Amino acid sequence: MEVYLAILVGIFFTVSIYLLLSKYVIRVLLGVAVLGNAVNLLIFTAGRLTREVPPIIPAGLQVPVDPTANPLPQALILTAIVISFSFFAFLLVLGYRSFQDLHTDDTDSMRFAEPVDEPAPPRGY
Amino acid sequence: MAGASSGHVDPTGILVEANLHLADYIIVAPVVVPVLFGALLLMLRGKTRWHGQIAILAMALLALSTGLLLQRVSAEGPVTMTMGRWLPPFGISFSVDIAGALLAFVSSLIALTGAVYAASTTTTLERRYGFYPFFMLMMAGVSGAFLTGDIFNLYVWFEVLLISSFGMIVLGSEQRQLDGTMKYAFLNLVATTLFLIATGLLYGLLGTLNMADIWQKLNASGDPGSAARAGPVTTIAILYLLAFSMKAAAFPLNFWLPASYHTPKFLVSALFAGLLTKVGVYSLLRVLLMLFAQERLVLADTIAWVAAFTMLAGVFGALAQSEIRRILGYLVISGIGTMMAGLAVGSLTAITGLMVYAVHSMIVMTALYLAAGIMARLSQTSSLSASGGLYAASPWLAAAFLILAFSVSGLPPTSGFWGKFVLVRASVESGAWWLAFVILLSGLLTTIAIFRVWIFAFWRGGPQDTPDGAEAWKVEPLEKAYRQGAFLALGALVLLTLAIGLMPEALLSTSADAARGLLYPGDYIGSVFGGGQ
Repeated sequence: MEVYLAILVGIFFTVSIYLLLSKYVIRVLLGVAVLGNAVNLLIFTAGRLTREVPPIIPAGLQVPVDPTANPLPQALILTAIVISFSFFAFLLVLGYRSFQDLHTDDTDSMRFAEPVDEPAPPRGY
Repeated sequence: MAGASSGHVDPTGILVEANLHLADYIIVAPVVVPVLFGALLLMLRGKTRWHGQIAILAMALLALSTGLLLQRVSAEGPVTMTMGRWLPPFGISFSVDIAGALLAFVSSLIALTGAVYAASTTTTLERRYGFYPFFMLMMAGVSGAFLTGDIFNLYVWFEVLLISSFGMIVLGSEQRQLDGTMKYAFLNLVATTLFLIATGLLYGLLGTLNMADIWQKLNASGDPGSAARAGPVTTIAILYLLAFSMKAAAFPLNFWLPASYHTPKFLVSALFAGLLTKVGVYSLLRVLLMLFAQERLVLADTIAWVAAFTMLAGVFGALAQSEIRRILGYLVISGIGTMMAGLAVGSLTAITGLMVYAVHSMIVMTALYLAAGIMARLSQTSSLSASGGLYAASPWLAAAFLILAFSVSGLPPTSGFWGKFVLVRASVESGAWWLAFVILLSGLLTTIAIFRVWIFAFWRGGPQDTPDGAEAWKVEPLEKAYRQGAFLALGALVLLTLAIGLMPEALLSTSADAARGLLYPGDYIGSVFGGGQ
C-alpha cells in the first residue's frame, strides 16, 4: 500500500513542479495547491498505513495491547493543511490584486521592483 | 467512556513529574509576550493612537525576558520545558541553549529599536492596516524558532513568521511592493514546503520529531539500523540544507531577496534584513551542525562552495546597483555567505566566529536600513546618482553611516572585525586558505560598495552634476518626533556595534559557549531527558 501511495506522491510532486515552473501566476498557484497536497500525502505515507486498528487503549490497561494506527501523522497533516490553506488563500488574493494593479499575470513582465532598463550606477562624481 | 476503568492512571513514566516553578515560564515568555500583545493590538485596531507606545512596552518586555533567559542559560546550562508535561519525546519541548538564547536576545534588542523607530515613523494608515499586530506576531515566530526543541514546531514557527512577514512586506500595496511580494511569498513558501517534506521523511525514518531524540537516534553508536539508513539520512540532510539555504538567501537560491527587500517601508526592510535570514542560518546550525553532524562532514565541501559563491554574488551584486536599499540587500546576502563559510569549516573556532558574525550582522544590517530610511527621508530619493549633500544636512547621520560602513566591511574598531577575524583564523587553521581568501576579498569589495554610498550620498555637495563648491544641496528638514525616534534607534544600534568592537570579550566567550553547546550537545540532550523541568 505504501508503495502505491509513494508513487502517487511522486506524481503529485512532478505535476506541482511542472506547474511551479510556469511563468503564469495562475499556474504557479495551482502548483502550490498540488504541492501542499503532495506533502500531506507524503507525511501520511511516512507515518505508515495501518488500517482498522484505532489507537484506543482497552479499559483497565495502561498501554495498548496490539500495534495500533499512528495518530501523530494525522495531527501533523492537520496542521500542515491549515497552514497551506491559509497560505494559498493569501497567495490567491495577492495574485488577483497583482493582476489588477500590475495588469499582467506573466512573471516575465513583472519588472516593477527590478526594472529592466535601469541606468548604470554612477561611475564617478 | 468505555465503562469500568478505575479512573486513576499512574502518571509515572508518562508525565514530567517535577513541579514547574513560576520562574520556568521564562522559557516560553519570549513567545507568549508578543502573541498576547499582538492580540491586544489587533483588538485596538480602531484606536491606533497608542499603538507605538504599546509596541515599545511589548518589545521591552520581550528583551527583558530573553535577557533573563540568556542569563539563566549561561549560568545553568540548557533548560527545557515540555508542553502539557508529556514526557519527552512525546510532548512538544521548548529547549533553550546558549545559541538559541543569544540570538533570541539580540533579535529582541533589534525589535525594540525597531519599535522605537516605528513609534515616530508609522502613519495612521499603516497602523490601521495592522502593521503592529504583524510585527508582534513576526517576533513571536522569530523567538519561537530560536527556542523550540521540536523540529515540526520549528516549521510551525517558520510559517508564523512568514505569514506575518507577508503582511508587513505588502503593507502599502504599491506596484513594486506587489511585485516584490509575489517573488518573496512564492519562493519562501516553496522553501518552507521543502523543510516540511524533509521533516515528513525524517519522521518516517526515525519516528520522532524531538530534536534531542533525533540526535540520539542519529548519533547512537552501534545501532544496527544506522548503516542501512545512511542513504536516506544524507538525502534528508541535503533537503534541509536546500530549504534553509533558500530561507537564508544563499547562492544560487538568493534571488528572492534582492527582488523584494527594497520594496516595503524602510523599517520593514530593516527588520527583515536583521531577523529573517538569520533564522535560516540558525536553523542550518541547529539542524545541520547539531543533528546531522556526520552528514555535514560529507556536505562540507558543497557548503564551502555555496558560501564562497554567496559572498561573491553578494558583493558583485552590491557593486552593480544604484539604489541604496538594493545595495544593502546584496550585502545581506554576502553576510549570509560569510556565515555559511563558518558552517562549512565547522570547527569550534569557526562556529564561534559564525555566532559573533551573526550577532554583528543582525545589528549592522538593521542599522544600515534604518540609516537608509533617514537618508531617503532627507533627500527624497534612494538613488545614488540623485542623492548628495547629506553631510551638510546631518553630520551625525554621516558619522553613524561611516561607523556602520566600517562595521559591515569588517574593519576595526567595530563588531564586524571580530566576526571576520575569528572566521578567517578558523578557515586558515583548518587548511581552507582559499575560503579565508574569499572572506577577505568579499570584505574588500564590501568596503568599496558601501563607501561608494557614503561618498555619493554624504561626501559630495549635491546630486550628480552639481558643480563643485556650490552651496550645500537643500534637503527636506525632518520633523522633531521623527528625528528623535529615528536617531534614538539608529544611535543605539551604532553604539552597540562600537561597543562590541571595543569590548568583544563578553560576546566572544558567550559565542564560544554557544558553539560548544551546538557541537557537543550532551547538556542539551540531558536537559530534555534528564527528568528536566
